[in-house]
Amino acid sequence: MNTAANLARQRAHNTRRRRELITPEGLALPLTVASRGARAGALMLDLGLIFMVLFVGALILIALGIGFFDAASAENNPGLELVLVLLILLLFFSRYGYFLWFELGPRGATPGKRALGIRVAAREGGRLTAEAVIARNLLRDVEVFIPLFFLLSGEADGVTGVAAGIWMAAFVLFPFFNRDALRAGDLVAGTWVVESERRKLQRAMSVVPRTPGVYRFGDAELAIYGEHELQVLEGVLRQNNADTERKVMEAICRKIGWEPGHGDERQFLEAFYEALRGHLERGMRFGKRKKDKFSQAE
Amino acid sequence: MALSLFGQKEIEAPPDIEAASLRSDRFRLEREGDWKRLEGIVVSLEKGRLGRISDDDLIALPVLYRQAASSLAVARETSLDAATLAYLETLVRRAWFQVYGTRTSMLGWLRRFLGGGWSASVRAIWLEVCIAFVVMAAGSAVGWLLVARDSDWYYALVPGGLGEGRRPGATREVLAETLSGQAGGDGLTVFAAYLFSNNTGVSILAFALGFAFGIPTLLLLVYNMAVLGAMMWVFVDAGLGWEFTAWLSVHGTTEFTAILLSGAAGLHIGRSMAFPGERSILAAAATSGRRAAQVMAGVVVMLAIAGLLEGFARQLVEPPEARGAIGATMALFWLAYFTLAGRRRFPRATAMEAR
Repeated sequence: MNTAANLARQRAHNTRRRRELITPEGLALPLTVASRGARAGALMLDLGLIFMVLFVGALILIALGIGFFDAASAENNPGLELVLVLLILLLFFSRYGYFLWFELGPRGATPGKRALGIRVAAREGGRLTAEAVIARNLLRDVEVFIPLFFLLSGEADGVTGVAAGIWMAAFVLFPFFNRDALRAGDLVAGTWVVESERRKLQRAMSVVPRTPGVYRFGDAELAIYGEHELQVLEGVLRQNNADTERKVMEAICRKIGWEPGHGDERQFLEAFYEALRGHLERGMRFGKRKKDKFSQAE
Repeated sequence: MALSLFGQKEIEAPPDIEAASLRSDRFRLEREGDWKRLEGIVVSLEKGRLGRISDDDLIALPVLYRQAASSLAVARETSLDAATLAYLETLVRRAWFQVYGTRTSMLGWLRRFLGGGWSASVRAIWLEVCIAFVVMAAGSAVGWLLVARDSDWYYALVPGGLGEGRRPGATREVLAETLSGQAGGDGLTVFAAYLFSNNTGVSILAFALGFAFGIPTLLLLVYNMAVLGAMMWVFVDAGLGWEFTAWLSVHGTTEFTAILLSGAAGLHIGRSMAFPGERSILAAAATSGRRAAQVMAGVVVMLAIAGLLEGFARQLVEPPEARGAIGATMALFWLAYFTLAGRRRFPRATAMEAR
């Protein structure tokens, strides 16, 4: 059961990244800290985007500049001057302005972060202030850009090169040495990066009209499975794949000692899901929960 | 449940609540209209389309948010519908980000910032400003003394590109030439833009290095000021002390104040992390970081002004008296602004509280 082991590891990992944030009105809000991989991916996307914009922008400006250069003498050429100023400002704002501008927006995320479904949030649950966004992006300079230039410039040799490399690595690897994957900028700004994926509301499961009484499950049959299996079954039903449904039905029938019929897999699974969920939710109302098939109801 | 709740979207039939056989599904069907209404508002807010939200919806937003949050709390204890729970979690989270999002407009923030928020932050880090000032003064003294003892130090301190004939032993005429303005105004905007982007880069570096307990910031300040001290000695040695000071002060009073502040902001972070007091290091770093960020936003503004002064005023204004007057005016202006602006709106008490 390799996939099951993977799933278990995945779930354990997800619970390790789960946090509860207490909002100012005292509500516990579930948050999931963004994984380091997602953040690195978002950064790559953003850097790629910046590079593309810079490249295209510089090409346009240089083309304009050459046009101006031909049009008039090199001396006293306001057009050329304007192009140069724009070029310098373009470089400046792509380095310092890009992240700032997008993270100050209502989504609190750069295009790269949005693509990976993550965003910036204030760590203590208050408002994400402009100062916090400024602070976290000023430190980005020593965390991202200077190491980047350092690597690209090829100065990474000799004793000073190694020393500088180690020193920069302390910044770059900072997120690996704390639980919340904070980088230095997050630490100084009091922010963190959390998941912010969007979900659609799925249909309710128990509104499908069904002839009552076709399947009846006793307490003994319903006592076998727990919440985890119920949610796996929910996933199967929402997926709507006949083959999987057949297999799951056979597995359930084997477990509860029934003889699987043919052609009514969906009917059977829906009825079983409903009965099991009703059973487990009744238990919940009395404070009894059963995590999975291995655990006793407590 | 009124149909108008669904807004402009196509009118959905109200869910048949009685048809649901599970109690938890009935709970959900009763409330999903409100959830979808909240989702619609949140989507508009995320897209920044405030104009598309009706007044009713805007008034209902906090209520809908709280309802969704309490629905989530109830559903967690009574429902095993994983998809609905996941939907509710993401919905509440997104709504929370919008209810507690960055709601001040850029303009509103700027008004608050220039109207005293900035100077209040500068006053709050007065201790670091003093430290940075002492360090900078010491740095220039070191540069001066080193070159005065052995003029070879000049070449070690000053990067080659900065020289342009300014070197020990150069004749008075050559040195005076480097201080003269430029005829006409060619290329000055480029020069100003270049200076601005370059100086801002250095200041941001000085600030960001404060994270390593402030020590690299101190080194950066000492080194930069040593260059100044060395150059000062060269000019004073040639009897051009006053001309050089005036030439430098046009933009220097603004630029050095900005560098002073960025160094102080970096030190502030470093100091509060090394000595967090009764708070946790994380909390100390966060409050000091936010205050320092405000100072830094101001430093960028100052460096833009310094770039313009250096690129234009210094090149176009020739007499040392006029240059000195511009420099002194700017120095007085900054001093007055930082000590006086926003004293009433941001009294010391709130600055201390933020600490």
